[in-house]
Amino acid sequence: MSGRIDVSKTYKLYVGGAFPRSESGRTYTPAGAPGVNVCRASRKDLRDAVVAARGAFGGWARRDAYNRGQILYRLAEMLETRKAALAAELVAGGSVADHAEALREVEATVDLCVWHAGLADKLNPLLGSQTDASGPFFVFSTVEPTGVIGVVAPERPALLGLCALLLPVLVSGNVAIALCSESSPLAGLALGEVCASSDVPAGVVALLSGHRAELLAELAKHRAIDGLLLAAGDAAADAEAARLAADSVKRVRRCTLSAAGYAEPAAVRRLDWVEPFVEVKTLWHPVSAR
Amino acid sequence: MSRSGFDVPPVDAVALETRAAELATRSIKRDAKRRGLELVIAMTDLTTLEGQDTPGKVRAMCRKARQPFAAAPPVAAVCVYPDLVAEAVGALRGTRVAVAAVATHFPSGRAPRALRLADVRHAVGEGATEIDMVIDRGAFLAGRDGEVFDDIRAVKEACGAAHLKVILETGELRTYDNVRRACRIAMLAGADFVKTSTGKVAPAATRPVVLLMLEAVRDFYLETGRRVGVKAAGGIREAKDALRYLVLVNETCGDGWLTPDAFRFGASSLLDDVLMQWRRLATGTYQRPEDFSRD
Repeated sequence: MSGRIDVSKTYKLYVGGAFPRSESGRTYTPAGAPGVNVCRASRKDLRDAVVAARGAFGGWARRDAYNRGQILYRLAEMLETRKAALAAELVAGGSVADHAEALREVEATVDLCVWHAGLADKLNPLLGSQTDASGPFFVFSTVEPTGVIGVVAPERPALLGLCALLLPVLVSGNVAIALCSESSPLAGLALGEVCASSDVPAGVVALLSGHRAELLAELAKHRAIDGLLLAAGDAAADAEAARLAADSVKRVRRCTLSAAGYAEPAAVRRLDWVEPFVEVKTLWHPVSAR
Repeated sequence: MSRSGFDVPPVDAVALETRAAELATRSIKRDAKRRGLELVIAMTDLTTLEGQDTPGKVRAMCRKARQPFAAAPPVAAVCVYPDLVAEAVGALRGTRVAVAAVATHFPSGRAPRALRLADVRHAVGEGATEIDMVIDRGAFLAGRDGEVFDDIRAVKEACGAAHLKVILETGELRTYDNVRRACRIAMLAGADFVKTSTGKVAPAATRPVVLLMLEAVRDFYLETGRRVGVKAAGGIREAKDALRYLVLVNETCGDGWLTPDAFRFGASSLLDDVLMQWRRLATGTYQRPEDFSRD
């Protein structure tokens, strides 16, 4: 007997700033990583995440956009220092060919995070407006966050795809409950460790792993979730989710990410994924005497 | 050591807390949960006791008390300050929802007895059918048990036909032994209910304290044949927690006590959570708190 025993990481959920196992006690083996067990989140885990998210929403939404940008930049810094570990997790998760490809994906994720950090205090210029009025008024339209948004990551790219949908939701002040790639959730779950060490307040991000077919309907039905940003999956299941979401008047945005497209930054720097989850508030303000 | 003739056996604190914790682990699902939640609603004294209360708020609360949500049952009573009793009585005329008033200079009870009794008579005169009084904790903690007893006696007389709930304010009584002795004094003096708290002091209702009070009323029933109810008030905000209290009632006093005549919850925000869970069971969908009115 020689050498030390490996200490391997238990991949757990990220809910309310903590790392719980699924309350159901269930696990599953992701298709991309045979030999690894990860938590299989239940509808109660989702409910707990919603409670934590609603508690965190007010504080996150009230922060200055500039401060949210600072925090997202901090997230990028933490991602950068964990590049090697995240790349190894992408490889272990089986969603990339080799370490070099994994590293490119992580770097693209860091760059995307920096882009969103810069975007945070430019949303009002980009999505708001000043409109002419027939009368002595200024008319301003400003944007405010919608609330709790469910995010369903694509199967691949496992980390960049998750962040490409998560960041547009967070940048405007929403809170998010994200379902990681079902077949390769390891890097997505490890994002929780990055969030926990980067000033992102507890509850603002929840990361769940589990069966998309099981959790998508629950995300759609839960009345306290205000929107869904959904990487396209099975068309019939997505349509059913949209139908279920209609009962609580959720805004649903379904989008397609190409697995190879991450080499092209513009493919993931998408203001049109930010725009569905803001509310426009319009103010009339009297013009002073001229 | 006999001080006052209100001696009670000492309470085993460890055993009490262990039993309360064990009984909290029961899993109540589906149909049992639905019926439990409906029972919680029917046992609720919907309460607003704030300095900023207005007649409008009381009217809104009374509407909610009559019909909390769709086909949910009405609550047991609304509980208000004496000056708003008339408003509540008007809003609840023709219903079975009772009007309870906190009297005796709630929440401190720091006024001469004559004034406290006048407070009770005023509330009863306005139409309150239930009176929630506070005991004189100063006298109780100083060991003047006889004075506390006489106070409750006098309030009971002033109540006339109105039901009397005696608030022990267990958060200020310091020990379980004190809670048990205060229970005994209240029951002997004629209380119809013993109630944990005003809601103005933390801790308010806790499961060990309510378990202790349930044991006290059960023993009193076995001794005298008179059933005194228990009201858990303050700090109970979640449906899950409320169901745990029902388990305590059932396991301590039997299912004959699972009625609004023998057990009540004093609460305001609890009702919304219960309604959310009740609606979740009916629809299979987790609910949104904003869909339920706060007051």
